[in-house]
Amino acid sequence: MSAKKLNLKDKYRLLTRDLDWEYSYSDRKKAFPYEEFEGIKITDWSKWEDPFRLTMDAYWKYQAEKEKKLYAIFDAFAQNNGHLNVTDPRYVNAIKLFLTAVSPLEYQAFQGYAHVGRQFGGAGARVACQMQSIDELRHVQTQIHAMSHYNKYFDGFQDWSHMHDRVWYLSVPKSFFDDARSAGPFEFLIAISFSFEYVLTNLLFVPFMSGAAHNGDMATVTFGFSAQSDEARHMTLGLEIIKFLLEQHEDNVPIVQKWIDKWFWRGTRMLSVVAMMMDYMLPNKVMSWKEAWEVYFEEAGGALFKDLARYGIRMPKFVEITEKEKEHVSHQAWWIFYNHGHAAGFHTWIPSDQELDWLSEKYPETFDKYYRPRWELAKKLEAEGKRFYTQALPQLCTTCQIPMGFTEMDDPTQIAYRDSVYNGERYHFCSDGCQHIFEDEPEKYVQSWLPVHQIYQGNCGGASVEEVLRDYYQMNLGADNLDIKGSPDEQRWKEWKGVA
Amino acid sequence: MTIEIKTSTLEPIRNTYANIERRFGDKPATRYQEATYDLQAETNFHYRPLWQPDKELNDKTRTKIVMEDWYALKDPRQFYYGAYVQQRAKMQEQAENNYAFFEKRDLQAYLSESSKEKIIRFLIPVRHIEHTANLNNMYACSFGYGTALTQALVYNAMDRLGIAQYLSRIGLLIDGNSGDSLIQAKEHWMQDPIWQGVRALCEELTTVEDWFEVMLAQNLVMDSLVYELFIDQLDQALNAEGARDIAMLLEFMQQWNKETTRWFDSVIKTVASESAANAEQMSIWVKHWRAKAAEAFAPVIHALFDETSLQQALTLLDNRSRKAGLTL
Amino acid sequence: MSKVYIALQDNDTSRYILEAIEEDNPTATINHMPAMIRIENEDYLVVKRSTVEEKMGRDWDVQELHLNLITLGGNVDEDDEQLSLSWNS
Repeated sequence: MSAKKLNLKDKYRLLTRDLDWEYSYSDRKKAFPYEEFEGIKITDWSKWEDPFRLTMDAYWKYQAEKEKKLYAIFDAFAQNNGHLNVTDPRYVNAIKLFLTAVSPLEYQAFQGYAHVGRQFGGAGARVACQMQSIDELRHVQTQIHAMSHYNKYFDGFQDWSHMHDRVWYLSVPKSFFDDARSAGPFEFLIAISFSFEYVLTNLLFVPFMSGAAHNGDMATVTFGFSAQSDEARHMTLGLEIIKFLLEQHEDNVPIVQKWIDKWFWRGTRMLSVVAMMMDYMLPNKVMSWKEAWEVYFEEAGGALFKDLARYGIRMPKFVEITEKEKEHVSHQAWWIFYNHGHAAGFHTWIPSDQELDWLSEKYPETFDKYYRPRWELAKKLEAEGKRFYTQALPQLCTTCQIPMGFTEMDDPTQIAYRDSVYNGERYHFCSDGCQHIFEDEPEKYVQSWLPVHQIYQGNCGGASVEEVLRDYYQMNLGADNLDIKGSPDEQRWKEWKGVA
Repeated sequence: MTIEIKTSTLEPIRNTYANIERRFGDKPATRYQEATYDLQAETNFHYRPLWQPDKELNDKTRTKIVMEDWYALKDPRQFYYGAYVQQRAKMQEQAENNYAFFEKRDLQAYLSESSKEKIIRFLIPVRHIEHTANLNNMYACSFGYGTALTQALVYNAMDRLGIAQYLSRIGLLIDGNSGDSLIQAKEHWMQDPIWQGVRALCEELTTVEDWFEVMLAQNLVMDSLVYELFIDQLDQALNAEGARDIAMLLEFMQQWNKETTRWFDSVIKTVASESAANAEQMSIWVKHWRAKAAEAFAPVIHALFDETSLQQALTLLDNRSRKAGLTL
Repeated sequence: MSKVYIALQDNDTSRYILEAIEEDNPTATINHMPAMIRIENEDYLVVKRSTVEEKMGRDWDVQELHLNLITLGGNVDEDDEQLSLSWNS
């Protein structure tokens, strides 16, 4: 046989995109109906480059190996009561937040990639999205399994999916992904594969997982790093899709730029929760949020945008504000949760003196000037037996749904308020970025299920906040919420450790 | 030496997550349960999809089938991701050994030209049917409801891609890695009159809107015929004419089909037994697609086997349907 | 000039891969962090199958890299022989 040996690239093409064919009997547009309405122009799907040429047999083999290692560690963790090795019980609240806020997003990613993994007309892109879809299912399931042991010993994990659909601060991540999934298929990929996975996800996983390692949490480190090994494939899909769209047609450039602007801002707003986890919730610190932002966004993201400049893509809009925000967001976010700690499904606390000093050192420009005095005051009140909780329900930003607590970045004593009128109604925003996003698609954001509005409208059960928390959110009041001091979590920890 | 472990203070405060406890009581749960039930968002969606503004993101009304609880569709294999990939890794290791053995011993050299032709004309084109199965399972996964079913559908979709790739590799094994057999097989798929009915049916299936209908037409109607005819009967026919070594290349598909049939039969049985309306709707769909498939497959099957083969496959489909509680 | 980077889980296999990377990319800088190793280089970085195989003393498939990979930055080019990262700017 006159064999011209196939190289890897040609072989992969035969084993994936060559499976598809030009339709003769049905209208292909009816089979792939969502490709055109966003205005993106695809002239030739065959120009799609597959960065990783993973066939299913190799996928099963490598993924099974990862899973085998991962579950061996989960088993050992449970058998050895691994939860006793974490630095202190405050740490566990970071992973409560992770399970209730982030894991359901992995599920939405599974659904979103399943959708585009069916709807794209190009087989190469479709297969890449399908693999990401099943990977994302892996992530949510391994996270549930990693937390399963913690759930048996700590409060606040038990009703994570019920909470995700309802609780006020969890509407921030939920609405982020609802926004992406309800968009067209190309915007979804720019939102999640590019802006989130490629530009921002390192900020979620890498420092946070190193943090878990630093705080004795083997279960989380293991699922985190094991998930990240899939993430490298996902990030690369993000970079491929953007290059592909930009190379397909010049008319795509402004559309893509608009999506980058929107999703960069949506992403940074959502990551303010991660900022607070890093700076306040990890007892042993790895790096400050500001440092993480500099390494993973300013440096790595800077290189990326320099690379994309040849297509006419510029840095995301409002990036200059994030440069200032890195000094502030973690402090402002934790302060919001400290104030509303009675309505949160995890515990809050005042940083220890040592931690306050660390924050002063890491944030020399801002911490002593703006934030330390607040904590000193909170300390004083707590010492007098007057730990306070803000009873009033906060106003939420219509776009990102975070309570209005972020300040003007040039005047950190002034809460930022923006508003726009649409169809005779006034809508409120925490920032120029969020206002801008709303004004571009008001018909979408007027639909937002804003938890505080919903409570006021009586859609969340009872008349009082306590009833909403207990009956609608299904929180165990007095166990899941309030300060860590005096909590059942803290009490059990002391018993386990034999301290009074 | 005695080791004293203070177990009393390490009593767990709960056995499992609250949603699992509500469903199954306060007792330790399996990994399958914790990784399956109630994962999908149920309520308070923020925005309507731009691509389907009359529906919520997760919406039960995307099919005519009605279930009180879509999580009733438990997977008898209890596949969550980890269990799934480990099972497939075992199967692929065996398949890999078989394919490597076939290549190393150059077993294609023992195939007659007519057997090779048969493989190229009748077996390799099945990879395009499997590609359609990938699309259809992905479709049902993305529009379907409840993780119990949708996770099994993504596994199925990826399996189909894998099977399409194994079938393609059979082509590469017999054409000395040139890819020529795949090109020829695709020409059959695109031009050969005997295949056009099946191709038209595959194309049509990807335009059907109701995801449950798509899933049923694919995983019950199409698969009953395709696996009986092209994987089992064709394997036997090749065996009879001396092309026995092909059998080891089809083991994966045969084992897979047996396992997957068990899962899908349990799905349709549960749905049919939920209500008379479900059973009736499913019966209408099966009748509709059975008639179309019988017509579409007739030319290719008549070119390959005698009259009884297609009848045998249709009987198998009918038996599966009746066992699930459908009336044809 | 922009930096490309790759991060690996800190385990035994990664140590051989790291040795290979160091040999093939003499200007690369290596950062050991909790449970991970981050390697960066100006504009270009390559992981070569042949070098890794030499360090490990066994056959190694470039795709096995995914078992130890945590993250990367740069345009990826992967084939049978190597995985490389680069920026075009």
